[in-house]
Amino acid sequence: MNDARDSAPMIRFEHVGMRYGVGPEILRDLTFAIAPCSFQFLTGPSGAGKSTLLKLIMLSLRPTRGVIEMYGSDVARMSETELTMVRRKTGVVFQEFRLLDHLTTFENVALPMRVQGRAEASYRPEVVELLQWVGLGDRMHVLPPVLSGGEKQRAAIARALIAKPEFLIADEPTGNVDPTLARRLLRLFVELHRLGTAIIIATHDYSLMEQFEARRMVLGDGRLHIHEAVLEEPQR
Amino acid sequence: MRGGARGTAASEAQEASGKARVTVPRTAAGEATLFRRQSSLVPQRSIAGRSLVMVIAIMTFLACLAAGAAHLVAGAVNDWTSSIQSEMTIEVRPMPGRDIESDVAAAAEAARKTTGISGVKVYTRAESEALLQPWVGTGLDVTDLPIPRMITLSQEPKARPDTADLSRRLAAIGPAASLDDHRAFISRLSTMANALIVVAVGIVALVLAASALAVGFATRSAVALNHEVVEVLHLVGADDNFVAREFQRRFFALGIEGGALGAAAAAICYFIAGILSTKFASSAAADQMEAVFGSFQFGALGYAIIAMVAMTVAYSTSVVSRMTVKRRLRTMA
Repeated sequence: MNDARDSAPMIRFEHVGMRYGVGPEILRDLTFAIAPCSFQFLTGPSGAGKSTLLKLIMLSLRPTRGVIEMYGSDVARMSETELTMVRRKTGVVFQEFRLLDHLTTFENVALPMRVQGRAEASYRPEVVELLQWVGLGDRMHVLPPVLSGGEKQRAAIARALIAKPEFLIADEPTGNVDPTLARRLLRLFVELHRLGTAIIIATHDYSLMEQFEARRMVLGDGRLHIHEAVLEEPQR
Repeated sequence: MRGGARGTAASEAQEASGKARVTVPRTAAGEATLFRRQSSLVPQRSIAGRSLVMVIAIMTFLACLAAGAAHLVAGAVNDWTSSIQSEMTIEVRPMPGRDIESDVAAAAEAARKTTGISGVKVYTRAESEALLQPWVGTGLDVTDLPIPRMITLSQEPKARPDTADLSRRLAAIGPAASLDDHRAFISRLSTMANALIVVAVGIVALVLAASALAVGFATRSAVALNHEVVEVLHLVGADDNFVAREFQRRFFALGIEGGALGAAAAAICYFIAGILSTKFASSAAADQMEAVFGSFQFGALGYAIIAMVAMTVAYSTSVVSRMTVKRRLRTMA
């Protein structure tokens, strides 16, 4: 992870502030960078602005001040096409899953491929393989309302991974599952990180964070405090 | 995940799923479900489809009726104009001190000498009296009435008779004879017919505009209702064109359905009207109608116009929905 942090940042925030309308500033003067292949937790009390920060990172919101750079370009100056290309490099797992209820599990997971204009035949084996991989091979034809919370969570994760993103954002990915499944999901994210995906997980769950030593980004009073991971020397 | 390394993470994922081995259903039913036609990304229930189809159908029906009426008027005017233009009339009025029979003969002779005139029919005194019968009835002695005499002239096909020369010749005969080439009547008729056609086209345009407004309203409502779907599509990498295309596809289908229904209803109306006009062709009322509106000839061109109106409605539905979605997306951005 040291190597990752030394390389050019994938995402860079510089003095970013965010307020909704004429209300108070939710996020104040955030300055940080996220390196390729890095792993970080984003935490903080409810209402601290975690979801707002994630929305800024996933280009769902524009900051009221400051500069956000993604892959070396200022997002404020990106064209619609460039923004779309950046979004395609990013996988998002939403806290509330946000699966489309009128599409089957297969179609939900295949969505990122479909929006790229690819023919279904070209990605069908890939989607089937991924669904098997997350244990939804026998649930691919059902609609999301029929799925359990854990199954929805895995479908949402599969959708975030199908396009092989360089960066994965997960908002409370373990918020709706039992502690055992939460541990398993964390191990899945760690494995993905080892395979080269940069990951940011927003969570309240300190027990989850204690299971894996990683950088912690703590939001409080609209400000961000970063605690770098303490890396142990590898055992010889 | 990347670099084909998914296999190395398989155990983690399967553990996360809580299942050691999962098999994909390979039954015929399973395959059929998996490989079925892709669902629309815009939920069909989220669009007031039935209502919109009915609105589009009614609008298309009205537009088709107006366009069909314009076609009928244009056809009737064409019939009148061509039949009137192929004939001219010389009127010889009885005047004191003049022999009307010799004036008629001189006028007929002058007409025969004019280039472009192929036939000259002189109405006898008896025939001229017969022309009055519809107004004065039978049994009335009109012998003492100063009835003008008619001479009808037929033109050679595609020839332009020298009417100026004929008028000069008639003037030389005397003040009793005058030429009527129906030019003023044709001009008034054309003006009236063109006005009717413009009104009909205006109605078609207004109906199409109303239809477009209804589609725009329905599209805005659909985008608002599907805000969540639109946001998810954006976040998984869809651009505005993709999202707009998805809505456009759905609205185009509704436009085709509504347009086809409206056009079919209009076509049936004109078809029935055609049958009725044939059935009652020999009646006095039909004769009166034909005298005023011409014969009811809708023909293949009429049905083609109806089909064209329906296609225009479907296409405009598609274009309007796309433009509306793109505008809404820009606003949302």
